[in-house]
Amino acid sequence: MSALPAETPLSRTPCGTLWVEVSRATCGLRCSGALWLEGEGALIAGDLHLEKGSARAHLGALLPPYDTRSTLDALEAELDRLPVKTLILLGDSFHDPRAVRRLAPDDAARIAALATGRTLIWVEGNHDVRQGESALETLPGEVVEAVTLSGLRFVHEPRAGLSPGEVAGHLHPAVRVSSHGRSVRRRAFLTDGRRLILPAFGAYAGGLNALDPAFRGLFERPPIAAALSNDKVRALPWSSLRPD
Amino acid sequence: MAARPRRKPDAEAPTTPPGALPPRFADWFAGRGWAIRPHQLEMIEAGRRGEHALLIAPTGGGKTLAGFLPSLIDLSMRPPANDPRGRGVHTLYISPLKALAVDVARNLEVPVAEMRLPISIESRSGDTNTAKRQRQKLQPPDILLTTPEQLALFCAWEGAREYFADLKCVILDEIHVLHASKRGDLLNLGLARLQAFAPTMRRVGLSATVDDPERLRDWMSPSTPDRVTLVQGKAGAEPIVDVMIAGGRIPWSGHHAEHAMPDVLKQIETAKTALVFVNTRWQAEFAFQALWAINDDNLPIALHHGSLAAEQRRKVEAAMSRGDLRAVICTSTLDLGIDWGDVDLVIQLSAPKGSSRMVQRIGRANHRLDEPSRAILVPANRFEVLECFAAREAVAENALDGDPAHPGTLDTLAQHVMGVACSEPFDALELYDEVTGAGAYRDLLWEDWEQVVDFVSTGGYALRSYDKFRRIVKGADGRWKVRTADIARRHRMNTGAITAAGTINIRVGGAKRSVGGRKVGEAEEWYFEQLTPGDTFLFGGEVWRFDGIKGLDAFVTPARDKDPKIPSWGGSKFPLSTYLASRVRRMIADEQDWGRLPADVCEWLGFQRDRSAIPSPKEMLLETFPRGKRHYMVGYPFEGRLAHNTLAMLLTRRLERLGVGPLGFVCNDYAFSIWSMRPMADLDLDALFSQDMLGDDLEDWLNESFMMKRTFKACAQIAGLIERRMPGVEKSGRQVTFSTDLIYDVLRKHQPDHLMLRTARIDASAGLLDVQRLALMLERIRGRIRHIDLPRVSPFAVPVMLEIGRERVKGSAEDMVLAENEADLVAEALWMDGAVDTVGE
Repeated sequence: MSALPAETPLSRTPCGTLWVEVSRATCGLRCSGALWLEGEGALIAGDLHLEKGSARAHLGALLPPYDTRSTLDALEAELDRLPVKTLILLGDSFHDPRAVRRLAPDDAARIAALATGRTLIWVEGNHDVRQGESALETLPGEVVEAVTLSGLRFVHEPRAGLSPGEVAGHLHPAVRVSSHGRSVRRRAFLTDGRRLILPAFGAYAGGLNALDPAFRGLFERPPIAAALSNDKVRALPWSSLRPD
Repeated sequence: MAARPRRKPDAEAPTTPPGALPPRFADWFAGRGWAIRPHQLEMIEAGRRGEHALLIAPTGGGKTLAGFLPSLIDLSMRPPANDPRGRGVHTLYISPLKALAVDVARNLEVPVAEMRLPISIESRSGDTNTAKRQRQKLQPPDILLTTPEQLALFCAWEGAREYFADLKCVILDEIHVLHASKRGDLLNLGLARLQAFAPTMRRVGLSATVDDPERLRDWMSPSTPDRVTLVQGKAGAEPIVDVMIAGGRIPWSGHHAEHAMPDVLKQIETAKTALVFVNTRWQAEFAFQALWAINDDNLPIALHHGSLAAEQRRKVEAAMSRGDLRAVICTSTLDLGIDWGDVDLVIQLSAPKGSSRMVQRIGRANHRLDEPSRAILVPANRFEVLECFAAREAVAENALDGDPAHPGTLDTLAQHVMGVACSEPFDALELYDEVTGAGAYRDLLWEDWEQVVDFVSTGGYALRSYDKFRRIVKGADGRWKVRTADIARRHRMNTGAITAAGTINIRVGGAKRSVGGRKVGEAEEWYFEQLTPGDTFLFGGEVWRFDGIKGLDAFVTPARDKDPKIPSWGGSKFPLSTYLASRVRRMIADEQDWGRLPADVCEWLGFQRDRSAIPSPKEMLLETFPRGKRHYMVGYPFEGRLAHNTLAMLLTRRLERLGVGPLGFVCNDYAFSIWSMRPMADLDLDALFSQDMLGDDLEDWLNESFMMKRTFKACAQIAGLIERRMPGVEKSGRQVTFSTDLIYDVLRKHQPDHLMLRTARIDASAGLLDVQRLALMLERIRGRIRHIDLPRVSPFAVPVMLEIGRERVKGSAEDMVLAENEADLVAEALWMDGAVDTVGE
């Protein structure tokens, strides 16, 4: 039942997008870590964690404050390549509720411009909203807890147990594989064809090994891991994954 | 450490001149039947004159006692303190090893007790308990023995200035191992700080024999080298060094000297206690297992290397002191310091790689100056035979390797500046003057200094995000101080310049256990990354099964297998020294000289002459030949594995551009081999080896390399950009690795000239890539490449060709790892009814 568009605009892009069916919707898994729903013109990116670099500056940890612009560079590159009508940021877009106040003015302007000429939807995540404080209030775009598109339900945190038709982030899946005595660790999408978990999109966001107990019980059968590499998304069998 | 009783009276021994020693000391020497040595007297006199002094003497010359005597004499004549709390520290002793500091303290107690001197002696390290540390702060001992890391911490104390105001002397032991390193930089800066606290303080350096004492003098001097009095100890008896040709034959290749084990065991049988030195811990494991496999008489043979649990090492050391052991297989962990019992034979398994290290190791046998030490070099392959002969000659001539220049590093300086700010407010100009009083920072540019201070304060970013989060702030009085007490506390938790690759504890117990069992030791993270659960490997002399990693623990269970599945890494971590390399090149070129080499090596050189060529010392031989479906290029620069790796990596990039289709390369200390799809014989070799490869090609490659990321991580940790320890959270090395890679990528993209990237680039070029050495070599061989196109592999090429297949995939092969795993998917992915496909394939 290959439901792949034979000739898509994507095949011309340098990014080796991997196409999979999730709950009967055709999903393009992009090298950037974003999800592309071509039929809807919708691009979905999870866990940007903007301003993670500056989050602990008050404690003296002065990490390079360039993660926000790196993440925005990657996001804007996707917007340039694809005809995006709807941009969904799938929660934890900011590392903490005060992150917006730490933004450099030009970064703040770039974030505002994301909503220009398209629908921008912020799904709330546990980092964006904490103790009644929200990073998302002052920004252009719509703030929601969940959104449905192409029969898929988009939320930040995956629901425990099987949840067919759900697309979520939050867990930052990453995989480790090895051969020739060498191992590689990469961010990855996880899907069993029923639900999909997106990798973190943010430049400084860490990854959690897909074999971690946090992923247990989410899939009906061993999922496929779609690992991000430089120019291609590689589909890896569950059996090849290794713990850290 | 002390002068030792002489077995027979030495006719030339100077009698202690009357009045040179206070009566109590003279009596003590006499009572022990000892005569004070000339260099000990010279050190006392330098002390009396209040001069800084550097003592260079071979092991066993009573060096440590010579360093302490002036302080002991001074303290013995001091009137009792009026203040009931006593006085501040009189003498601070700093050693590169914790264990050495503890041991020297113990040894120093002997003369102090026997002379009934009213002197308190204490040691202090990271292991010292809080109560003792507190007491040491309130009631300082007269003599405090510690490590460079503790000194860095002292410098970050509030009140450090008062604490060290009475300091009269600082003794730096084994400075030859410290000075050209980041720990040395930290020590050097600490020394300048102490001098500022106590302007009359004397600096005393102790060192093994080095090729260039002037460099050490300059390093430890507050201004010019002549401010430091140089005292040279008498050279010991000439050592007896043999090269072992085990079983009468030498293998073509290999690093473990497996063939020699029966002969090595025989030599151990002839000795009271033998130290068997190897160059890596995995080699140590291998030798230990190989010797025990044939040790039918059950001679007590033990193992000692840096990865073993400390407790285990202490046990081995104690058994050695008691004379219970016949041999100890060891790495550089036993290069230094204390004499453990009655060692009368040193065996070096596989080539020593440098003459200074060999001299130091030979000195471990027989700590008596007047008797020759006995040592045996055991080459593991044919090139190593040449190297061992070269090393033997170098040892006989006492010709030592030179260290590469080491200007003070800026990440270490950043740590020091932060420490100073945690201790007391500082003025940038005053501190610059103090810092440039440290030998390693004598040439520090003011612009670099300003950048370092800005880095410490704001992180040094072009995007001025952190102006309101400065770590140090400038007060109205123009002095910089730490912004909050919490930031100071965090800094103190992260001092030190040792950032060995992340290490993982090896614990007994299944991976499913949440709490680990007994710790058997630790090893570098990268080693476990190549293991899959179920793999067996060798550690601590036993074969273990790897069960998995949890946090910072690798879980293992004893395996019954005799042969571990995962072989150890075969190479040496020390590169062949420039000095030995040039000797080896000369030996090869001098046909007259071949006769004294073992028969099969001589024959091998003859074959090489007949079938290919013997290069002159100034030439580089380069062979090209086809083999199988591939074409090979083998070069023999003799510049050490690191420089060869860098060279081969850069050549590969060029060959790629020339359309030759390079497929891979492999290197050892003597040669490199590159193979390709198309022939390389017709290339313009002078252009291929032109020095401009060290420009853009190097830069491009470096930026992408894994090494650079690792180096960046080390610099970032030392400089305080990334915290190693955070209050309350034990962040695992693994998590740090991951995030520093991301930080590196982001920083490189947005501010490629950032101070930390600059520092990391300098470090990687110097330490990991040996770029300087490669540059000199390219200069040396310009117009002197002797190219021979051959129909088949040459005798010289065999060793490096045999290394092929042992090497792991390199750099850009990461994607291949993913691709191969993807191939596995085809079979397994069918369950998805063909829903998986990749576009454009």
